[in-house]
Amino acid sequence: MNSSSTAQVLDVEVEREDLEPRLRRTWQSGKGIWGALTTVDHKIIARRYIVTAFVFLALGGVLALVMRVQLAFPEARFLSADRYNQIFTTHGSNMMFLFAVPVMEAMGVYLVPLMVGTRNIAFPRLNAFSYWIFLAGGLVLWIAVALDAAPDVGWFAYVPLSGPEYGAGKRADIWAQMITFTELSALAVAVEIVVTVFKQRAPGMSLDRIPVFVWSMLVTSFLVIIAMPAIMFASSSLILDRLVGTHFYNPAEGGDVLLWQHLFWFFGHPEVYIIFLPAVGMVSAMISPFSQRPVFGYLALVIALIATGLLSFGLWVHHMFVAGLPPSGSSFFTASSMAIAIPAGTQIFCFLATLWSGRPIFKTPMLFVIGFLITFVMGGMTGVMVASVPLDTQVHDTYFVVAHFHYVLVGGAVFPLVGAIYYWFPKMTGRMMSEKLGRIVFGMIFAGFHLTFFPMHILGLAGMPRRVYTYPPELPWSGMNLFVSVSAFVLAAGFGLFFIDAIRSLRSGKVAGPNPWNCASLEWATASPPPPYNFARIPVVQSRDPLWQASSELPVATGLRVDRRELVVSSVVAAEPEARESSPADSIWPLVAALATTVMLIGSMFSAWAVVWGAVPIAIALTCWFWPKRTPEDES
Amino acid sequence: MKEKVVLDLSHLPLHATGTASLTFWGTSAFMLIEGSGFALAIAVYLYLMANAPSWPLNAPPPDLLPGTILTVLLLASLVPNLLVTRWAGQRDLRKVRIGLVIMSIFGIVPLVPRIFEFPALNIRWDDNAYGSILWVMLGLHTTHILTDLADTLVLTCLMFSRHGDNLRRYGDVEDNALYWNFVVATWLPLYGCIYWIPRL
Amino acid sequence: MKQVSIVSCLFLAVFTAGCTGVQSALDPRGPAAADLLRIILFFVFVCTSVFLLVMGALVWSLLRKPSREESKGAQERQISVVVTAAIVSTAAIIVLLTVVSFTSDRFPEYKEASSAAILARGEQWWWRFDYDGDDRSPGFQTANELHIPVGQDVRLRLQATDVIHSFWVPSLAGKQDLVPGRDNTITLHAERPGIYRGQCAEFCGLQHAHMALEVVAQEPEAYRQWVESQRRSAVVSQVAAVIAGRDVFMRKPCIAGRDVFMRKPCAACHTIRGTEAKGTSGPDLTHVASRRLLAAGVLQNSAGSLAAWIADPQTIKPGNNMPLVPMTSEELRQVTAFLETLR
Repeated sequence: MNSSSTAQVLDVEVEREDLEPRLRRTWQSGKGIWGALTTVDHKIIARRYIVTAFVFLALGGVLALVMRVQLAFPEARFLSADRYNQIFTTHGSNMMFLFAVPVMEAMGVYLVPLMVGTRNIAFPRLNAFSYWIFLAGGLVLWIAVALDAAPDVGWFAYVPLSGPEYGAGKRADIWAQMITFTELSALAVAVEIVVTVFKQRAPGMSLDRIPVFVWSMLVTSFLVIIAMPAIMFASSSLILDRLVGTHFYNPAEGGDVLLWQHLFWFFGHPEVYIIFLPAVGMVSAMISPFSQRPVFGYLALVIALIATGLLSFGLWVHHMFVAGLPPSGSSFFTASSMAIAIPAGTQIFCFLATLWSGRPIFKTPMLFVIGFLITFVMGGMTGVMVASVPLDTQVHDTYFVVAHFHYVLVGGAVFPLVGAIYYWFPKMTGRMMSEKLGRIVFGMIFAGFHLTFFPMHILGLAGMPRRVYTYPPELPWSGMNLFVSVSAFVLAAGFGLFFIDAIRSLRSGKVAGPNPWNCASLEWATASPPPPYNFARIPVVQSRDPLWQASSELPVATGLRVDRRELVVSSVVAAEPEARESSPADSIWPLVAALATTVMLIGSMFSAWAVVWGAVPIAIALTCWFWPKRTPEDES
Repeated sequence: MKEKVVLDLSHLPLHATGTASLTFWGTSAFMLIEGSGFALAIAVYLYLMANAPSWPLNAPPPDLLPGTILTVLLLASLVPNLLVTRWAGQRDLRKVRIGLVIMSIFGIVPLVPRIFEFPALNIRWDDNAYGSILWVMLGLHTTHILTDLADTLVLTCLMFSRHGDNLRRYGDVEDNALYWNFVVATWLPLYGCIYWIPRL
Repeated sequence: MKQVSIVSCLFLAVFTAGCTGVQSALDPRGPAAADLLRIILFFVFVCTSVFLLVMGALVWSLLRKPSREESKGAQERQISVVVTAAIVSTAAIIVLLTVVSFTSDRFPEYKEASSAAILARGEQWWWRFDYDGDDRSPGFQTANELHIPVGQDVRLRLQATDVIHSFWVPSLAGKQDLVPGRDNTITLHAERPGIYRGQCAEFCGLQHAHMALEVVAQEPEAYRQWVESQRRSAVVSQVAAVIAGRDVFMRKPCIAGRDVFMRKPCAACHTIRGTEAKGTSGPDLTHVASRRLLAAGVLQNSAGSLAAWIADPQTIKPGNNMPLVPMTSEELRQVTAFLETLR
């Protein structure tokens, strides 16, 4: 017979003023170090993720400044060629794999459960595991940097340069395995988000009522699920070529050099949308309260997100236009690369329509939304240019492309992200950041960014290739490079001020209530910061903008237990409640499994047998992880 | 913000199976990830084949016997797999225990022909790219079998333990059986690729 | 007037002495690059216009003060119409740009048949050029300096021996990669005589930044003379130089230098046609003194630079594949003098 406890304690059986303390006892993470190592609270894990990602941003930014010092003068000797090549490789790899994707995933991990009205993310222990794996991957890369063993083959690690013949030492293996760590982490989070969004939404929150940000995280998660296997295959086969003598990329034995590029970019192009789509979702969220109306064109925005996601798989060859592929094939990819401007444009037009028909409030997050609109649209314009094969034959692999992707990545993702930090900081910490400093930060970052990156368009057209550690004085690039280098410090100072404000505000920022910006989505219905159980009673949703529609009284549901961690499972489309489900308690096994996985992955850079031996501790850790305990959470 | 109670959830079950189970969706997502990986491996195989002057590259096609035996075994295993799913749905503990023991055996036995499949490929992974992709495809699928086998063995132990008679466990059995279907299903195109494309 | 023109000539000589070839997509010197610049400018024009329109809409949206009485439903419908129109316009512009891009892919036929095919091979970190021979005369190999006749299509076959490189001379054409295991081609066509600089445009390792090349476009007669002189072997050139009375004072050091070259590991990597030196891993030095630059664009070619390069290549271009060959300063002087005769 079922081992159900006879003593279920439902929330209705408890006095209202005892409800929250009871829930807190059930949902609270442990204290101290042990609590930190065993927590499965999505909010704690997400905050860790966000802070770690921003540390990587700062480190990557320092690398950029070091590069710009080297490039400020022609034939400078500040950095050796070897060190420069390690630095630009690490800068790119760090920014893409250790900052951009993780921070977007982390914002999703924090916000999605709150926005859909549930108490924790799906698979909370997997969530904890994914953070430790992410951290391990970052440490692998940065310890290598400290040991002068950083990868030096570019963030894209083209073969044969990264292959067994020309990639000496372990540098390329470190790059490839860092990929494995970060992909594992991202895939785990993607699975959690898909299941949270599909099955844990508050009753009544049908698919056409979920916030656009949640849609963006859902589409992004599917992109991760389908695209990341490509880079996993690529990086693993690279290690195999280097370690055990396979010939995937060896043309002398039936392999193909361009196979690497196909595999890498099949992942690499969706990767940039994995970074961009959550940012678009953030803009959709922020633009609404600061225009004092719901964002315009919900259906168009959702379709645009899905279209962008689907199309993003059909663009990858535009990174290979000069590799010598048949011209008719390349032309197809010109058409598809240009076509993706249509859903992107749709999103921009919906945002403009929101601003036009709304009443703008110029708080700091809104400034960054405006910065996004200006900068990303410019990046999109140069994107359309590089999509053209003939045009690309001149600007590919030059500073023009460096300018383009910084415009779309910084403009399209970082600006919304910084705005989002100002926006959700009160929710996450209970305090406001400084409006006054926020304006200065925006000004410095905006001006610093354009002054740094706009001249690079000209440098590229004027003949300066990329990934060069220096350039000759006879060519007319010196003045512009010096200008760019000086401007980079303005940009960096802007970020520095941002970090200072964030740290300062944690302690002494103005205390924030539940809904300081007067927003409509569910995360603003609970306290700032939210209690461990998110909502004392799960909200019942009747519109797309629950808090505006409800105005004074929020409809809620009762009937969940307070003596075990419990949340609601609902149907995929209409969010009709189907079951009460338990949410796992704190556990040390995610950390143990992560340590075992880390040992195996590091070992496998040196010997293929590490996979075999390393699998044993992992299997033991996973068994302990899943072995049921006699807790109320196991009851059914 | 004040609250108004409009819905009572207390009548809902403490756990549900099928599409109302979170682990069903988690397993499905995992299948999508693995499926993408296998699809890519097949794509790499076809790409290398399109590039090659002749195929297989400097080797005879793989011997058919071990691979075909394995295929037959895997297909046969679908029958007890289906039964275990049904019994788990009926929450019949005794039958589920028997079924899981059978599935554990069906997880171990195919490993024997699989061991013979590697040399039957008639090429080493470091001979050329054709050898490399064959060994990777076979290796990936072997990892697949091994991880599901480990899962099945642990589940079998669980069903014999005091935790066994619990709706959650029956749900786990159904998820595990679903995943085994996937292990068999992914093998079929791989089998076609490895053994029959070179013979076309 | 005469003084002014003499002074300005001197000025010009001083400035152009260290002058480099032009390397810019914005400064086309051939029909292909000119076509590409036209596409670039067209795209810039269209994209800038679109950008300004969108920014105008943004500014208007931010500054506009909506009146409260506007009916929400009617307004939403109006906005939908405008947004739909914007999306359709975007699609139309995209189609236009795509079509323009496609039609520009096919370059117009240029007059004159191709001259002899040239094989360009990218190596870490220099360029090897092989000119085909014909029935009467042998082919020859040179490094980093490509001569082409003006006014003709010149086809280059592109091969890579080690890693991926990319051949890019922006003033003449777009770039094309050199991929190991693949044979790519590129066509160059210079309108006027001149020196056009290029650089490897695919990260190829340590000294990727110092892998430059120069394309020297010459009038057909001058080009023919250059080809003739390159075809000659070193002995012939040297004898000719000595007979011509040049380098009389250098005769002894030249001959001693030849011995140094053959004795030291130099001959293991370098070829000098007409001598025993037949190494192939490094650049062909048969006419090294005729080249403008050394070490793939790192140094001007002068006696001093050549000596410095031979004395310590690793300090000048760290990590490159030429080892430091120990020699006395006398040997260095001699071998430099010898190489200087190889015009």
